[in-house]
Amino acid sequence: MFDTVANAASVRYRRRVWVNRLMLGLTIGSTAVALVPLVLILSYVVRQGVGALSVGFFTETFRPVTIGVAGGAGGVLHAIVGSALIVGAALLLATPLGVLAGIYLAEYRSGPAATVIRFCTDVLSAMPSIVVGVTAYVLIVQRTRQFSGLAGSIALAVLMVPVITRTTEEILQLVPQSVREAAAALGAPRWWTTLTVVLPAALGGIATGVLLAMARAAGETAPLLVTVLGNNQLTFDIFGPMQALPLLAYRYTEQPFAVLNEQAWGAALILVVLVLGTNILVRALTRRRAG
Amino acid sequence: MIATGQPVSRSHRLRRRLRHGDVPFRLLAATFAFVVVALLVAIVGVAWDGSAAAREAFGLGFLTRTAWNPVAGEFGALPAIYGTIVSSAIALLLAAPPGIMIGIFLSDLSPARLRGPLSLMVELLAAIPSVVYGMWGIFVFIPFFRGAIAEPVSRALGDTVPFLAGPVTVGRGLLVAGIILAIMILPTIAAVSRDVLSVVPTHQREALLALGATRWEVIRHALLPYARAGIVGGMMLGLGRALGETMAATMVIGNTPRIDPSLFQPATTAASLIASQLPTTNTELHSSALVYLALVLFLITLLANSIARLLVWRVAGAAGGRR
Repeated sequence: MFDTVANAASVRYRRRVWVNRLMLGLTIGSTAVALVPLVLILSYVVRQGVGALSVGFFTETFRPVTIGVAGGAGGVLHAIVGSALIVGAALLLATPLGVLAGIYLAEYRSGPAATVIRFCTDVLSAMPSIVVGVTAYVLIVQRTRQFSGLAGSIALAVLMVPVITRTTEEILQLVPQSVREAAAALGAPRWWTTLTVVLPAALGGIATGVLLAMARAAGETAPLLVTVLGNNQLTFDIFGPMQALPLLAYRYTEQPFAVLNEQAWGAALILVVLVLGTNILVRALTRRRAG
Repeated sequence: MIATGQPVSRSHRLRRRLRHGDVPFRLLAATFAFVVVALLVAIVGVAWDGSAAAREAFGLGFLTRTAWNPVAGEFGALPAIYGTIVSSAIALLLAAPPGIMIGIFLSDLSPARLRGPLSLMVELLAAIPSVVYGMWGIFVFIPFFRGAIAEPVSRALGDTVPFLAGPVTVGRGLLVAGIILAIMILPTIAAVSRDVLSVVPTHQREALLALGATRWEVIRHALLPYARAGIVGGMMLGLGRALGETMAATMVIGNTPRIDPSLFQPATTAASLIASQLPTTNTELHSSALVYLALVLFLITLLANSIARLLVWRVAGAAGGRR
């Protein structure tokens, strides 16, 4: 009698131990499995992309390809220039807007207005990028009857604003209240405190937020597809169709020419290095400040 | 207070002048903050305006019509909505269990030394541009998937299970899109799960450990019930990302506005239909129908995200007002 009870208990105990081992194993397994696509994708991008890299890749533009003719490869300079101009213009539009909205949320945070603004930032940051692209298309491309780099910049800026606003708000809240009180005790008006005391203290954090938003925007393809369209020529005219790196990667992937496919991977490699490099850099910088 | 008539020092004068800056500065910041609100209103307004022609032509019936024929001027959103929801549901089903497991590992089980690097790697997975996922899908995953899984499975089970019916032609289709989307939303689910699990109070864990529970029993009976709403919220955030994801879906789903029961057949999502057709529309009705579709997509993602935020806030709020 006593024996069977003890037996049943030990069976149950052994089962619990095994379930424990199994489930803990599953959590480790899941984490390992999640890293598989990361490693697979990154190694493939690097392997394919490095082959495309050459001096000409960075200094030449599109060269027409014909079936059966081994032509020169050309390069993606036009896409690099386009990406730089489009993202740069987006940055100029989004940074002041995002930072000032963030200051408002952090420094004048009470009241229903702040709640409404915070809600709108959340909705905006969750909005599919293609929807933002469609809006820019209707508002600018349809009205002006012209695909343009600027329309793409505006779409990217809309995607960047909520990221910058959120980061600015969070970083400003990290600045101790006592710093603001100290400045006030010295007779500084509130706005002067904000601009000359609080903001400089938070500048590094805000800069990393802007950097992350920029990296994210540089990889965005969908809104550019419907606003910037693409262009095989090198152009500095932001009021006309342009090329951009993610756009070029997409277009060249769909082409039946191996040369262009290879350049698509080269463009993808540039994007991946840019985006992952920024993320890792930001991580390293914030860790150093925290530590 | 400075009495009049006495000599006023320069710094006093400066300070007095500066004091009047408060109201203008606050107004300036408020103006920019309200521009953010205006942006949202403008986006919805423009999409409403731009879809006028299609809304007049089809009304709400747009949502249930199945024909999508730009030449004949026939536009119905149902195939795109079907593709969007099915591919996202597949992604969620595939990504949720491992995503939650990763969250558990990162919050409770991982050695402290590994936690930082592993979190970083999971987050990098989220940072890879979606066009790169699409390219990888086209060049690597689809050829592998077609040969190793799609063709044998559809040959073996296709006749009995309509979801798996062949013939597998190009390899692009709903299931492939769902799998690629699953990889893309995995980091979101993992990161939110990690965050909500790590705010579960330590005494919850200690109480169960004191009763002699195994580590898994602590997780199962103390952590998961406590963080359940937040984890579901993380899943909804991932779902929202999958619903709106454009490039990866466009590149691997096949862009065919048609409802086919088989998951191996090409389909389309709302986002990929817009991306692939909007730049080359010829008629006003066509572009207007695509804008209408964008409006519908926005409402669907808004719904998913609102539920998500509500659930995540409830957990984080209960744990002491942290967001």
